[in-house]
Amino acid sequence: MAVRKYGVSAVALAAAAALALAGCGTKDEGGSTNKSTGGTTTTSGGVVKLNGTEPQNPLVPTNTNEVGGGRIITNLFAGPVYYTADGATEMDVAESVESDDNITWTIKLKSGQKFSNDEPVNADSFVNAWNYGALGANGQLSADFFNQIKGYDEVNSVTEALLAELEAEGKPVPTMEGLVKVDDLTFTAELTEEDPFFKMRLGYSAFYPLPTSAFDDMAAFGESPVGNGPYKLDGDGAWEHNIEIRLVPNESYQGPRKPVNGGVTYVFYQDRDTAYQDLLSGQLDVLDEMPESALSSFETDLGDRAVSDPGSLFQSFTIPDRLAHFGGEEGKLRRAAISRAIDRESITKTIFQGTRTPAKDFSSPLMEGWSGDIPGNEVLTFGPDKAKELWAQADAISPWEGEFQIAYNQDGPHGVWVEAALNSIASTLGIATKPAPYPTFQESRTAITDRTIQTPFRSGWQPDYPSIYNYLSPLYGTGGGSNDGDYSNPQFDALLVEGISEATPADAAVKFNQAQEILLKDLPAIPLWYQNSSGGYSENVENVIWGWDNVPIAYQITTK
Amino acid sequence: MGWYVGRRLAQMVPVFLGATLLIYTMVFLLPGDPVKAMFGERPVNEAILERIRSEYNLDQPFIVQYGLYLKGVLTGDLGTSFSGRPVAEVVQQAYPVTVKLALMALVIEAVIGVVVGVFAGLRRGKLFDSTALVLSMALIAVPTFVMGFLLQLLLGVKLGWLPTTVGGNQSIKALLMPALVLASVSMAYVMRLTRTSVAENATADYVRTATAKGLGRRAVVRRHILRNSLIPVVTFLGADLGTLMGGAIVTEGIFNIPGVGNTVFQAITRGDGPTVVSMVTILVVVFIMSNLLVDLLYAALDPRIRLVR
Amino acid sequence: MSADTPKNKDQVPDAARPAPPVGSPPPPETEGREEAGVDGIGQVTPGMAEKQAEGAKAVGRAAVAKTETATEHFFADFDETELGDVDALDESVPPSSMWRDAWRKLRRQPLFTISALLIVLVLAVALFPGWFSQANMNACSLADSLKGPQAGHPLGFDKQGCDIYARVIHGARPSVLVGILTTLTVVVLGGAIGALAGYYGRWLDAVLSRLGDVFFAIPVVLAAIVFLQSMRDRAGVVGVVAVLAAFGWPQMARITRGAVLAIRDSDFVTAARALGVSRGKILWRHVMPNAASPMIVTATVSLGTYIVAEATLSFLGLGLPLTMRSWGWQIGDAKTYLREAPELLFWPASALAITVLAFIMLGDALRDALDPKARG
Repeated sequence: MAVRKYGVSAVALAAAAALALAGCGTKDEGGSTNKSTGGTTTTSGGVVKLNGTEPQNPLVPTNTNEVGGGRIITNLFAGPVYYTADGATEMDVAESVESDDNITWTIKLKSGQKFSNDEPVNADSFVNAWNYGALGANGQLSADFFNQIKGYDEVNSVTEALLAELEAEGKPVPTMEGLVKVDDLTFTAELTEEDPFFKMRLGYSAFYPLPTSAFDDMAAFGESPVGNGPYKLDGDGAWEHNIEIRLVPNESYQGPRKPVNGGVTYVFYQDRDTAYQDLLSGQLDVLDEMPESALSSFETDLGDRAVSDPGSLFQSFTIPDRLAHFGGEEGKLRRAAISRAIDRESITKTIFQGTRTPAKDFSSPLMEGWSGDIPGNEVLTFGPDKAKELWAQADAISPWEGEFQIAYNQDGPHGVWVEAALNSIASTLGIATKPAPYPTFQESRTAITDRTIQTPFRSGWQPDYPSIYNYLSPLYGTGGGSNDGDYSNPQFDALLVEGISEATPADAAVKFNQAQEILLKDLPAIPLWYQNSSGGYSENVENVIWGWDNVPIAYQITTK
Repeated sequence: MGWYVGRRLAQMVPVFLGATLLIYTMVFLLPGDPVKAMFGERPVNEAILERIRSEYNLDQPFIVQYGLYLKGVLTGDLGTSFSGRPVAEVVQQAYPVTVKLALMALVIEAVIGVVVGVFAGLRRGKLFDSTALVLSMALIAVPTFVMGFLLQLLLGVKLGWLPTTVGGNQSIKALLMPALVLASVSMAYVMRLTRTSVAENATADYVRTATAKGLGRRAVVRRHILRNSLIPVVTFLGADLGTLMGGAIVTEGIFNIPGVGNTVFQAITRGDGPTVVSMVTILVVVFIMSNLLVDLLYAALDPRIRLVR
Repeated sequence: MSADTPKNKDQVPDAARPAPPVGSPPPPETEGREEAGVDGIGQVTPGMAEKQAEGAKAVGRAAVAKTETATEHFFADFDETELGDVDALDESVPPSSMWRDAWRKLRRQPLFTISALLIVLVLAVALFPGWFSQANMNACSLADSLKGPQAGHPLGFDKQGCDIYARVIHGARPSVLVGILTTLTVVVLGGAIGALAGYYGRWLDAVLSRLGDVFFAIPVVLAAIVFLQSMRDRAGVVGVVAVLAAFGWPQMARITRGAVLAIRDSDFVTAARALGVSRGKILWRHVMPNAASPMIVTATVSLGTYIVAEATLSFLGLGLPLTMRSWGWQIGDAKTYLREAPELLFWPASALAITVLAFIMLGDALRDALDPKARG
C-alpha cells in the first residue's frame, strides 16, 4: 500500500521529488512498482493527494455526469476546448472552433495529438465518441448533451431491440446526421437551432474523444480508460475502488494543461469531515470544499492555506406555482415576503462563516456580464417590515394557513441552512415553519421530477458551461429540462431568445439580465447565496487554484 | 453430530431464501426511482432511462426480478452493481477489510473484557468491581458515533498517535482505533458476562471443595473458576463476529473504511438493489454459520450439553 | 448469561446461545430455579397472583398426596425420597417469597435506589417538560448563536440560537417514549414467539428460530432506511418503534425460549400436565411466569440500548422526525460544531447517557435481586 506520510510528509515528499527526478528520462511504464511517489514518470514533482468520491459510473466521458467521476475524467481526457480558472474558454485539442451562423460549427483539431496508447486523436475520435454517447441503446447518462445536433432524436430513440434488428439486417449503426467528418482533422456539427454558446459547451466532459480501442469493450474501457488528457492511469489497478485512483502525467499530451506535478491521487471519502481530519493530519493535500464542521475553524487551522473565493454554485429554493397560496398575485406577494424575510447576511455570516455570499441575482458573480445591480434585486435583501407588509397584503387576498416548509435531501449538507432560513421566516412573518427532509437525494429527486412534491424545495445549480444563459434557460425557460417549478413567462423566454441571437456573449448578457428582472418580480425560485470555493491545502503543496466550477485545478498544483 | 450439522445446514436453505426475499422486497420498496436519480438535477432522458431499467431488469414485475436474481445467484452470477462493476467484485473488495476489522474488534473485546471481568468477578463488590461495572455501563450508554468522533479528534487529530482514517491504508495500526470503537459495546458485555460467570463459579461447590482440599488460590482460579466461567464468554464471542461485521455501518462511516457497512449504506442511498441484496445475504450466511459454529463449540466445551438427533 | 444457556441434558444447543450483543447483559441463571419456580408463579401481574398461588398449591398438594401414598406402602425414610425436596421446599418458603426477597434486597441496594430516582426524574421530565423549562425551544434567533448561559437560559444557546436547556429537556420525551414502546413491543412479540418455540418445540421451533436468524442478521440500519423512508410522513415514534421492534424481537425470543426450555420438563409442569391442565394454560400459568425474570432483566437493559439505537438512527437522519428534536438528533447536530463548541455535544449526550445508564443499572440491580445464585 501507499507510503503514508503522517507527520513527516515534507521529508517523504522531498524524497518523492528526488525519486521522480532520478526517474527523469527513463521510459514510463505506469509506475506500478512505486505507487506512492509516481516516481517513474518523466515529470518532476511529487504526487498530490486530493479528496474525491468513488465515481458512480464507469469512467466513460459520455456516462460521467456526477462530480466524483467528473473531476477524474477531466484529467484523463481533453476536449476541443477547456475552461480556465476564471471560466474563459480556451482551445485544448482543437485549433479552432468556428461558425458563421451559430448553426454549423467547424471544429479543426491540432495535428500530431495522441491518446496515451499512441493512437492519434482525429476527427473520427470525436465523431464516433459523440455518436456513441447519443445512441439510446448505449444508455449513456449524458446523451442529452448532444441534443442540439441535427439527427439526435433519431439516434437517441434507437433501442437495444431496434439496434439488434438493424445489425441482423446488416445495416449500419445509426449516426447523427449533423455530425460530419470533413478531413482527418476537421469535422462539422450542424445544430437544429442557433446557439452562440456551442463552442463554450464543448468544454464539458461529454464532448471528449474516445480511441477506437474503447468501442471493442466499453465496460473494460470504463474500468481502465485510455485518454488524451494531461494525466493517465498509473498502470493496471490504479483505480482501487472505494479507496483511491492514481493518475500520472501523460507524456503524449501536448496541450496547454501540462502537469507540473508528478501525479495526482484522488482519495475517496464518504464525507468531507473525515477528509478534513486527514488534511489536518497531513494525510491529504487538497480538500476542495470544507465540511460544515470546519467552517468556523478552517481559516485559523490552515492560515493562508485556507481558500474562500466566490464560486459558480448558485443556491435557492423553488416554490412551484401549483402550491396553494403561491399562484397568481397572492403568490407573487408571498414569494417577495418570504424572500425579504430571510436574513441572508446573518445566515451566511453565522452559519456559513462567510463561505457563502448573499445572492444578488440568479447566476454567479463569476459569469461574464454578471451584475449586482439588476433593478428589483432589493427583494433579495432582508427587510422585516416590508416582508410583513407584503405578507399581510397576500393575506388580504386569501388568508394563510398551515406551515411553511422547505424540502431538502438529508444526505447533503442542507439541514442547517434550511433551519436557519425557516427560523428567519418564522420570526419575521410570525408563521409556523417546518423543515421537510428527504433521506436521500434520489428520493427527493424523484418527488421533484414526478411533481408529487407538495412543498417548496431546495434547488441549486452548477452550470455545465460558464454562461448566465445556462443558469436561466434550463431552470426557468418554458419547458426547460430542469424547470422543476414549471415556471413559464413568455416575456422571459423572448428575452432569452434575443440574448442568444446577440453576436457576442457580452451583449447577450445584457439581455439575460433584463430577463432576470422578470424573474426578480415573479420569483419562481428564491435566490439565497452563491457558494464560495472554500477549501484548503496542506503544507506539502502550492499553487492550488480553484476552477470556475469550484473544483481545484489538479495539473497546476506544485509540490514542495 | 453429523446428523445435527446436516440438519442445520439444510435449514440454511429456507433461511437463505427467506433472507434474500425479505431484503429484495425491502430494496424494491425503497422510495424514489434510483435510475431517475442517476441523471442528477438534469432532465431525465426517457430512452436512456428505459435502457438502464431493462439492463437491471427493473422493468420487470417484482417476482420476475427476484426470480432472475435467484437464477443468477445459483449460476454464480451476483449481477452488476449500478456503478457497472460486477457485484462479486464489490463483495470481494468490501469483505476482507470488514472481516479484519471485526476480528480485531473481537480480539480487543475478548482480551480486555475477559481480563477486567475476571478481576471484577473475583473481587465482587470491591472498588475495582464497582468502577469496572460503572465504566461498562457507560460504554453501553454512550452511542458509538459519539465515542468514534471523540477518539478520532483526540487520538488522531490532537495527539496524532493513530491515523484519523483508514481508506486504503488497511494496516493493523490504522484499523486499531475503529476496532476499539466497534468493540466498545461488546467489550462491556464480555466484561459483565465474565464477571457474573466468575462470581457465580467462585461460590460454587466444586470451588469450595477445591479450596478445602488445599489447592492454592491461583490454581483454583485457573483450573476451576476460569475454565468453567469462560464457556458462555467463548460462545458469546463466537456469535458476536457476525454482529460486528454487520454492525460496522456507523464505525466504517466515521473512519472512512471501504468495507461492508459503508458499501451497503452507499448502495442503499443509491437504491442499488443488486449490491445491497448480495452484500446483506452474505452477512446473513456468515451470521448463520457462526451461530452453528457456536452451538457446536458449546456442545464441545460443555459436556452437559448433547446434540439432539 | 444463561437463561438461554440451560444446562438440562436434553437441550438442543440452539438454546445454548449467548445473548446477542445489541441488548443484553447476561440474564440471570435460571438453572436451579425449579425449586423457586413453584413459589414464584404468578407474580407478573397482581391480578394473576392469587390464581397462580392456587395453581402452585394444587401442584404442591398433588405432590404431598403422592408422598403420603408412597410412605404408606414402602415405609421408606421420607428424607431419602426425591419428593422430600419438593415437600420441604413447599413448607419452608412462603409463597411469592422470591419476589418479596428480591424487593427486600433491592431496597438495600444503592444501585437500585440511584437508578430508580434517576428514572423517576427522567420520566417526570418526559411527561411534564413544562415543569422544567418554560423557554420555547423553537424560538431561535441567529443573533443568539452560540451565546453563553444567561438569565432564563442556563446552558446558553446552540448554533441556530436555540435554548440548549429547553432542547435537552424536550428531547427526553421522544427518546424515552421510543425506549419504552419498543421494549413493550419486543417483550410481547419476542416473548410470545420465544415461548411458542420453546414450549412446542419441533418444527415450530425450527421455523421460528430460523425466522429469528433472518431478522437478526439483517442490519437494523438497512431495515430502518427502508421502512422509515417509505413511511416518512407517518413515521414518527410508531415508525421507529416498529423498525426497532421488528429487528429486536429475535433476541427476546431467544431468551424466552431458553427459559421456557429450562422449565418445560420440570417436575411441576409435568405434575400440572398430569392433572390434566391444558397445554396452553400450562404455558401461560406455569411456564411463562418463570421466564419472567430473565425477560424483565433483559427488557430493562434493552430499553437503554433502544434509546441509543434511536439516537443512532436520528444521527443518521433516519430516526424520529427532526421536528421532535430527540437527543439523537441533537447529538448529530452538535457533532457538526464539535470543533467550535464541544459543549453542544456534551449536554444531550450526557442526558442520553444518564438515562440509558439508569435503565441499565436498574436491570443490573434487578438481576442481582432476582438471581438466587448471584448472592454475595
